[in-house]
Amino acid sequence: MLEGSDIWPPVRLTLQLAATTTVVLLILGTPIAWWLARSRQRWKEGVAAVVALPLVLPPTVIGFYLLLALGPDGPGGWVAGLFGGRSLAFTFEGLVIGSVVYSMPFVVQPIRNAFEAFGDRPLEVAATLRATPWDRFWTVAVPLARPGFLTAAVLGFAHTVGEFGVVLMIGGNIPDETKVLSVAIYDYVETLQWAQAHILAVGMLVFSFLVIVAVMTVDRRLKRGGS
Amino acid sequence: MPLRPMFRLRPVLAAGIFIVLALSGRPGTALGGEVRAAVAANFSAAAKDIAGLFAKETGHKTVLSFGSTGQLYTQVTQGAPFDVFLAADRARPQKAVTEGFAVPDSRFTYATGRIVVYSRDAGRVDGEATLRAGKFTRLAIANPATAPYGSAAVETLRALGVYDALRGRIVQGNNIAQTFQFVDSGNAEVGFVALSQLAGISTGSKWVVPQNLHAVIAQDAVLLKRGARNEAARAFLQLLRGPQARAVMEKLGYGPGS
Repeated sequence: MLEGSDIWPPVRLTLQLAATTTVVLLILGTPIAWWLARSRQRWKEGVAAVVALPLVLPPTVIGFYLLLALGPDGPGGWVAGLFGGRSLAFTFEGLVIGSVVYSMPFVVQPIRNAFEAFGDRPLEVAATLRATPWDRFWTVAVPLARPGFLTAAVLGFAHTVGEFGVVLMIGGNIPDETKVLSVAIYDYVETLQWAQAHILAVGMLVFSFLVIVAVMTVDRRLKRGGS
Repeated sequence: MPLRPMFRLRPVLAAGIFIVLALSGRPGTALGGEVRAAVAANFSAAAKDIAGLFAKETGHKTVLSFGSTGQLYTQVTQGAPFDVFLAADRARPQKAVTEGFAVPDSRFTYATGRIVVYSRDAGRVDGEATLRAGKFTRLAIANPATAPYGSAAVETLRALGVYDALRGRIVQGNNIAQTFQFVDSGNAEVGFVALSQLAGISTGSKWVVPQNLHAVIAQDAVLLKRGARNEAARAFLQLLRGPQARAVMEKLGYGPGS
């Protein structure tokens, strides 16, 4: 029969993973987006392309390199060694790293667009009022770009919830640690437990639909209220 | 969507149409017949060798699809285009017959599998003592719900009385191939893999699990409904029972079928 105890741990874990990933992504993605939006360096589009790579690369490529990078022969093994471990694969932290890489473009792009949308003018005005660069960023740029941050957070969160291939390759299917929603659904389908698969899959459908509606709403408001 | 359009549409469209046209001719199809085989991941090396033999003997081509037995079975029930099914257990081919996806009486055991505790580190695996001592952080096994090599691993751990102690350190590969990859990349120090996967590997350390610690891994093959009228499919199963295929399997560490 359907046991709630089987279905809920992957859901809770997935939400934890997505929330952690989103926070990390906003912290890392904002300076990158700012630099991409403001810099006049010619090679910045090269950096933008690297950030956007996960849009195009199959998750198997990312998963394969992550498995090697997180393992004892890669930097992940070195980091794990500091805490007495051997590999960051098969850990929650490893999944956060993988998700950050995989969802980065979905966070950087909307924030960059928002930073570019308001142009140089507001920042120049603020500068004439003797606002420091730090003040200009926090009191002018960030508030003006708020819809971009909202879109970025929603997309980063949702994309992490929907992640499958990368987790399958570096997760190891450990309950409460790496067995996320999409992997649980896969397991249920493969073992012909379709009732459980349906419950989770329908939940994902509804969730995804709501996310897209939310993003479109924010987007429209951004266009109406923006320049 | 908020992602900015990166490309102009028309050249992209033109390139797309060009690629579709350029690739639309089917690559040269062989003169002989074709067998589509769903093969349990542990048997991939053997299946490739046997498919090579089969091509030389009969001129028929074999298209191999690998996966865990459970995964392949689910695909079969959903009308996947396979002619034969080489599982890693008896249960799924049996189920395929009773549920009407396979030809009755075509089922036979083509091989018996062996599991091995393996590590890429020399000297790490030293018989069952390694499992009892538990001096490792991760133990990789195949998903026991879908892969018979995984359930044999769990049976072994239970027979040794160490399952509860090691349970929290188990990581699961989606099938035996991924399990091997976890161990071979060093992400898990030890793992239960198939003996056939270690053919040609002389480094590392291993313990071939005695067969009295788990139920026999009898691997059954069956002719699927889709392949019932495919002469090449029947010929493939015939060859799979024969002495040439048996020699290939023996070399890779499989026991005989029946």
